[in-house]
Amino acid sequence: MKKVIYYVNQFFGGIGGEDTADFEPELREGTVGPSLAANQALEGAEVTHTIICGDNFMGSNTEEAIARILEMLEGKEFDLLIAGPAFQAGRYGIACGNVCKAVSEKFGVPAITSMNEENPGVEMFKKDCYILKGANAAAKMRKDMKALTAFANKVIAGETLMGADAEGYFARGCRHELFLENKHENTAAYRGVQMLIKKIKGEPYQTELIIPKKDLVPIADPIADLSKATIAIVSSGGIVPVDNPDHIQSASATRWGRYDITGMDRLENRAANAFKTIHAGYDPAAADDDPNRIIPLDALRQYEREGKFAHLHNYFYSTVGTGTTESEAARMAEEMVPYLQEAGVDGVIFTST
Amino acid sequence: MVKTIERHGIPVVQMCNLIPVATTVGANRMVPTISIPYPLGDPEQPVEEQYKLRYHRVGVALDALATPIEEQTVFKVKI
Repeated sequence: MKKVIYYVNQFFGGIGGEDTADFEPELREGTVGPSLAANQALEGAEVTHTIICGDNFMGSNTEEAIARILEMLEGKEFDLLIAGPAFQAGRYGIACGNVCKAVSEKFGVPAITSMNEENPGVEMFKKDCYILKGANAAAKMRKDMKALTAFANKVIAGETLMGADAEGYFARGCRHELFLENKHENTAAYRGVQMLIKKIKGEPYQTELIIPKKDLVPIADPIADLSKATIAIVSSGGIVPVDNPDHIQSASATRWGRYDITGMDRLENRAANAFKTIHAGYDPAAADDDPNRIIPLDALRQYEREGKFAHLHNYFYSTVGTGTTESEAARMAEEMVPYLQEAGVDGVIFTST
Repeated sequence: MVKTIERHGIPVVQMCNLIPVATTVGANRMVPTISIPYPLGDPEQPVEEQYKLRYHRVGVALDALATPIEEQTVFKVKI
């Protein structure tokens, strides 16, 4: 019987929601939540322990959290690590990736997790572990879990894996040696020429050496003279007037708003019936209590008075960054740009939660 | 959003806690914040300390906007 260690966050570990996201790493014997379901579907293996760690604790103290988890696993016998599924939950996905990477490097065991393609954890960790292509929401847990355990069973059984596309995980950029039948059509020369012919004819073909590309934007020129500059503030932290006049969604946002701060020295809070956060991806207590923690209007006004920069643009721009797809985010930013240009904004401070 | 705005030639500095994510996604100028739910002011700290930290880090961000860079850069904070 092979042994599996499982990783979940505070939510799936049954500890609680956002208010417990600072939960420190804990190792439990046996199964909790998703690891119970996984255990039932695993063949020739059992989940011996489940690690639970809060997403914020992992996000803000990554090195310490990982060090503690590695220490907990010291001396434990296991053959595989499974984490998640993390769906489109960004912090959870990154946590799963961090744990998979560290555990597999330290203990030399394979690590498997599952995420949606929009999860930033995919781009960060797909080279370091198997990340199965998962759904965007926990409602699809059953489906993702089935894929995750089916793949885990193959790895446990030592079956030959057929590559990223066939197995349903994100390509890791690994190339494996494969012996083909010894015939003319299988030679590299023949395959290469066939591709070239297809390319010349304008037919679709699949290269055997995919070069991944990172989508960087050209670095904008710095502000020449800050003391003459107009600065704007944009945020994905979900700060809005308490009545949320633009009905921005709490997650997977497709709407944004801009709010007049003319003459305001700071953002007053929710209790004062002024500003609050509608972001569903983090505990709103600190932001509701003092929205300047997210939109630092008080500090910006001080610099404006001191003359560090000339003028703070009269509006701040706001949306919610949890579960929001890159394409929607890009579209919303495109819609904001004309307002920024019209106001002669020279530079933007963007705060994220 | 950061990239889209920067693509129009307006320099953007991203203030966030998860710097590795901002780096992977492709922000050019970055300044770290202290946590996810309270990027610029720990509620456990006295109000003056919170403001001091916020004032410092916003200052670093403003300077970042006026600093020429050759590659993705995380600007250092002192508090």
